[in-house]
Amino acid sequence: MKKITIALLILCMAPLGVLAGESGMPLDRAPIDTTDNASLKRGAESFVNYCLTCHGASYMRYNRHRDIGYTNEEILNKLIFTGQKVGDLMQSAMRKKEGEEWFGVVPPDLSVIARARGADWLYTYLRAFYRDDATHTGWNNLVFDRVAMPHVLYQLQGEQRLAVKTSDKGEQKSLTLEKAGQLSATEYDKFVGDLVNYLVYLGEPHANARKQLGIEVMIFLLGMLVLSYALKKEYWKDIH
Amino acid sequence: MADSFSINEEMSGRRKFLVAATSVAGGIAGAAIATPFLLSMMPSERAKAAGAPVEVDISKLEPGMLLMVEWRGKVVWILNRTPEMLESLAKVEDQLADANSEKKQQPDYAKNRTRSIKPEFLVVEGVCTHLGCSPVFRKDIAPADLGSDWLGGFFCPCHGSKFDLAGRVYKHVPAPTNLVVPPHVYLSDSQLLIGSESEGSA
Amino acid sequence: MSNILNSMLAWVDKRFPLSSNWKAHLSEYYAPKNFNFWYFFGSLALLVLVNQLLTGIFLTMNYKPDASQAFASVEYIMRDVDYGWLIRYMHSTGASMFFVVVYLHMFRGMMYGSYRKPRELLWLIGMVIFFVLMSLAFTGYILPWGQMSYWGAQVIVSMFGAIPSIGETLQQWLLGDFTLSDAALNRFFAYHVVTLPLVLLVLVFVHILALHETGSNNPDGIEIKENKNPETGIPVDGIPFHPYYSVKDIVGVVVFLIVFCGIIFFAPEMGGYFLEYNNFIPANTLQTPDHIAPVWYFTPYYSMLRAVTVNFLGVDAKLWGVILMAGSVVVFCFLPWLDRSPVKSIRYKGPYFKIALTLFVISFFVLGWLGTKSPTPLYTLLAQIFTVIYFAFFVLMPWYSKIDKTKPEPKRLKE
Repeated sequence: MKKITIALLILCMAPLGVLAGESGMPLDRAPIDTTDNASLKRGAESFVNYCLTCHGASYMRYNRHRDIGYTNEEILNKLIFTGQKVGDLMQSAMRKKEGEEWFGVVPPDLSVIARARGADWLYTYLRAFYRDDATHTGWNNLVFDRVAMPHVLYQLQGEQRLAVKTSDKGEQKSLTLEKAGQLSATEYDKFVGDLVNYLVYLGEPHANARKQLGIEVMIFLLGMLVLSYALKKEYWKDIH
Repeated sequence: MADSFSINEEMSGRRKFLVAATSVAGGIAGAAIATPFLLSMMPSERAKAAGAPVEVDISKLEPGMLLMVEWRGKVVWILNRTPEMLESLAKVEDQLADANSEKKQQPDYAKNRTRSIKPEFLVVEGVCTHLGCSPVFRKDIAPADLGSDWLGGFFCPCHGSKFDLAGRVYKHVPAPTNLVVPPHVYLSDSQLLIGSESEGSA
Repeated sequence: MSNILNSMLAWVDKRFPLSSNWKAHLSEYYAPKNFNFWYFFGSLALLVLVNQLLTGIFLTMNYKPDASQAFASVEYIMRDVDYGWLIRYMHSTGASMFFVVVYLHMFRGMMYGSYRKPRELLWLIGMVIFFVLMSLAFTGYILPWGQMSYWGAQVIVSMFGAIPSIGETLQQWLLGDFTLSDAALNRFFAYHVVTLPLVLLVLVFVHILALHETGSNNPDGIEIKENKNPETGIPVDGIPFHPYYSVKDIVGVVVFLIVFCGIIFFAPEMGGYFLEYNNFIPANTLQTPDHIAPVWYFTPYYSMLRAVTVNFLGVDAKLWGVILMAGSVVVFCFLPWLDRSPVKSIRYKGPYFKIALTLFVISFFVLGWLGTKSPTPLYTLLAQIFTVIYFAFFVLMPWYSKIDKTKPEPKRLKE
């Protein structure tokens, strides 16, 4: 019942264009906690290893990662493999033209991808690749049909196959793991969870500072409210 | 004007207090709002990244040669001084305005006769202390335009200021002070870091 | 101390009408004493205007109106500029809140008949301000050069192409190119930061001057100037704006700031309504997003644009849509002459007006909601029905406001 409600809610939301999902697949909830620095660090290290080769995050500076508990030294050793400096932007090692030749499209910059797609979509997407011989990469995706990107993480996840069941409720698509990867299913979910958590942080690195400042501003304004209301009452005694 | 709002004698104590308290709180709010706006005008992360310390390889710098590097958008000269050049420093001292580098135009470790860490290597910003032009390196001795007592140095084409081979300013020129020595440190015999005094902040 | 200040003031007053203006517009400007909640929104609009000007200036310091750099420069502001994110969110939230405040301000005028004689001109100036505000919102929305900026602007500019014979040339003239491109971005930036704010400031000044000439209306819709104290010449139901309404407006400002800061600090995207998710994808001139919708404050008019699906009287549906959309905004200008009721305020108007106004508000909301949706046959039908209701409110007003059973207006303000 709950699932149906969620699916209905998503269906209602979909025409809003709020989340630009290409298909009506229900999305799994991403485990997001941008205050969990350990998770963010794991995500950051996965990101520079697996994503940054093709995708840039070219609005983000490496030294910004001090936010999540890295020192400059650690940033140099754990995040930078391209000989860049800590103050540099996280540009992709690949040139745009090469990307277009290899994949048919330039791999999008991922700096604000979590703000455009939403965490749940990314979390589902990265776990929904399956083998499909009909595409030229040999891979397809349940939430992004005929995506240009091959399954970069298949060594970790393994290979999935698509199973389509037709019942009176219509087509039901599901994925089954056919060839195991280096990680178990739960480990892989956690890996993707960390990565998506990092992407959310990457989309808005100041978000935690923003909320913190917001609380201080609210406390001040509430005090101001009491004071200004008392002042108004005091003056309006003349009228009433 | 404003008499109905400024604190005056006819007001009750409560009203006086509330007007004062609200004004103070409003003032704090105003200052708090102004702060992020003013801070946003400081050098951004991009500017700071561009101003990061610069590492320079000086192993190929021949004696007598000048290397120019950019740091924070300014030119920094690295001059490998020959023994003759170093000798000239003592000879011109009576013509200089601040031969002992008394004015704080250099870090303490460069407050010496050669204005450097290693005697032969001069590291100095190539920005005239008069109005910011970049002086020209003139190592030719006694040229026609600079006079027979010129033993090499830097000459500013804008307003004619003269500096010796340690970047010290001559007397009776527009520039008031010696050239600025930026913070720098030797990471090894051949690696020089400009813009920082410690190795960690590279 | 106060002696020095007084003599300085006297010096200034001989050369500039400082004290007299202070009196005329604040300390001796008599406002009706029964202003309610709805009367906060005028001064709040002024506050948001100041917010937009101030944050706008600081954004201009780092924004680049260049198609290849605009998107990146916004992210640069968000990340590399100290507190740039705060200034940007203040501006983007301020844009939406401007419309919230102005819509409530206009609704107040419709409820209490503030557009009626002698305030017709005040209302018209207000409408021009509203048009300028819409232009400002439109030109500003293009600047981040994301997908929604690009395709939203594309749709709006294409509307000019619907105008017979000159449409296409006009469109090219507006864009400075054959398609929406860097040239348009650059000139829309000029309109957004120079032309329109300048016009807006002048209009707001004129709006306040006009208001202070006629005096403020009030929830009872009666003229306080008609009942003056014979000795002092001061309206018996009037109180000086300053300090009474200045201290009251401070409370309104603080409450507003709590809402405003709540959005800025805790929900700057406002669920995709203030900052649309698709606008975090850089403009791609070759690919329209799956679904495009204007920002929420334009969706009611956008619905009406889409509602027309048939050619009619030899004019094609596209042009009718544009006419209807323009008409839905312009029609407000005729209110002062459409309303034939003997009373101004909803408090003394009859059931017809109350029903009509309620239906109008409902249709405004439904059309707004439909504007965020992809059109389906059902939604299009709904949009058509509510478009008719929306216009019926205006078109039928001369009739239903005249035959309505009104209550007599009081002589003095009620508390």
